[in-house]
Amino acid sequence: MARKVNRLSPFNVTALALGVAFLYLPIMILVIYSFNASRLVTVWGGWSLRWYQEFFNDRAMLDAAWMSLRVAAVSATIATLLGTLAAVGLVRGERFRGRSLFSGMLYAPLVMPEVISGLSLLLLFVALNAERGFWTVTIAHTTLTMCFVTVVVQSRLASLDRSLEEAAMDLGCDPVQAFLSVTLPLIIPAIAAGWMLAFTLSLDDVVIASFTTGPGSATLPIRIYSEVRLGVKPEINAICTMVIALIAVVIVIASLASKLSSAKAESAAPL
Amino acid sequence: MTERSPDIDTPKIDAVAAPAKPVPPAEEIPLLRIQGVSKTFGSFPAVDRLSLDIRAGEFFALLGPSGCGKTTLLRMLAGFETPDEGRILLGGRDIAPVLPHERPVNMMFQNYALFPHLSVRDNIAFGLKRAGMARAAIDTRLAEMVALVKLEGMEKRKPDQLSGGQRQRVALARSLARRPKVLLLDEPLAALDKKLRESTQQELMELQRRLGMTFIVVTHDQEEAMTMANRIGVMNAGRLEQVATPRDLYEAPASRWVAEFVGDVNLFDGEVTSHEHHRLTIATRDGGAIVVAVPRQLVAKSPVSVAVRPEKVRLSRPGPVSDAANAQPINRLEGVVTDVGYLGGSSVYKVKLDSGAVVRSSMANTARLDIDTLGAGQRVVAWFTPDDCVVLEQ
Repeated sequence: MARKVNRLSPFNVTALALGVAFLYLPIMILVIYSFNASRLVTVWGGWSLRWYQEFFNDRAMLDAAWMSLRVAAVSATIATLLGTLAAVGLVRGERFRGRSLFSGMLYAPLVMPEVISGLSLLLLFVALNAERGFWTVTIAHTTLTMCFVTVVVQSRLASLDRSLEEAAMDLGCDPVQAFLSVTLPLIIPAIAAGWMLAFTLSLDDVVIASFTTGPGSATLPIRIYSEVRLGVKPEINAICTMVIALIAVVIVIASLASKLSSAKAESAAPL
Repeated sequence: MTERSPDIDTPKIDAVAAPAKPVPPAEEIPLLRIQGVSKTFGSFPAVDRLSLDIRAGEFFALLGPSGCGKTTLLRMLAGFETPDEGRILLGGRDIAPVLPHERPVNMMFQNYALFPHLSVRDNIAFGLKRAGMARAAIDTRLAEMVALVKLEGMEKRKPDQLSGGQRQRVALARSLARRPKVLLLDEPLAALDKKLRESTQQELMELQRRLGMTFIVVTHDQEEAMTMANRIGVMNAGRLEQVATPRDLYEAPASRWVAEFVGDVNLFDGEVTSHEHHRLTIATRDGGAIVVAVPRQLVAKSPVSVAVRPEKVRLSRPGPVSDAANAQPINRLEGVVTDVGYLGGSSVYKVKLDSGAVVRSSMANTARLDIDTLGAGQRVVAWFTPDDCVVLEQ
């Protein structure tokens, strides 16, 4: 259906501008001040890349950033695997008893306060006497992000025509081959979008990470948080700007992927 | 004067063209035997103790209203549903435990179910690759299939770059590529517009005859079933009401339900009053005494219905008619034309009888300029012969 293109009225333009300003002005200020030459955060001292340089010489900060990226990548990968399996089970599986309870429980982390998830995970790790560090944070982030992947993949799967898999089976595929050769290629964009969502969520998280991390394995957000408590250094602005840039790139790719996925879904629909 | 070629003087006798619908001999062992098959969804019996034999090389249509279980039956043949009871034998082998991908049966889906991420070529070759065919053999078969459904030059396109008719052809080629023993077609033409549907019907029939394959088509469109199939099984509420050739189905319906479902019909309810000289006389509420030919199978129960197709009911202006002119007695019902529906090739007349009942008559418009047409308000005699009637139990 052709979309009707309306000219923006002055009211619309104002509303849009105010909305965008409300959301992005603070971030803009942060980005601009990251290029500030002055040592004082609130005083403009001209353009400089000094604080970016500072960051790349800050061993502790770099370690924290590297830790964050590793945790995000590993936990997003595990969450994508588990989340996709859960979505396939929920959409394609037989209507088993307690199915709606299971799907409800799967979504609980979406609305659960992070403090509670973090605390319960901490108690679990302490009870298991697990050494807290990279793996505990990764596992904690996996439990947090898995449900997001499930939601994304589930909606894509539900829109797929069931008869596609049946057609594949009719033409000689066993159920596993049918899934791999027909369903998987069609839901790959959604899976990719889910991975990127999980990656950014993990990269952002402070609360759960601070409960589950151990000495010497602080993630970047935790590191920034503890630095800021001692006073805001311009270096933090530089780090934050880079994190924003990274997340922006990932989000753009993820939304492009899901757009591609829904475009494919439309073409898969009969006539 | 031009020289005549000798060919013309000695006309060649061409091989006699095959009849339009060759019906295989009945004594052959059926390719497919469905024996007492039932399938229940929850508490809803979709298919109810159904038995049916289908012979090799037959074009069989399952016809019925939506929800009658015809698609469920087809899906059981394909292996997507398992019968709760009964057996399905293909070539004498019980295929109940055989999974869909191991059955020598292929299905063409109602919405075609083309793989959107694969090209036309890869869609058609999908089943061949799965069967482990050699690359060269696949290429040969592919070219053959593409030519068969006239899709040359489209091989590289994706399904979303094709028209509805082209998609239908790809789906057909894909399901035929593995040369199944039986091809199942689920409403194959439902998504096409009328013109395309008619030409595709012809193509499907030709294809089936050429390949000698057994086709089982599910449809709710009786014209489609009549045109294409050798035999039609009419389904209602999970059971087969009648299995017959299109002609028998129309001219000799087995039940009142079939008579009403297939085509249009006038029904007169009544009781048998006398039986003499191969004629039954039936006293009807709406049409008085109607004389009918004695049916092949004697009607057991007495309240019966007399079914007459509208095109068997002819209308005349009232006047003296000598029965002596005809060898058999004629049923004559008097009434007034209330409505004329002009359909081009024919017109449908509604006649309100003196008893209050309405009889429909369909007559061909054979003359272009007809000064003697029957209009609304015209008093007429609706008449039909005893052989035009079918007696059915109520």
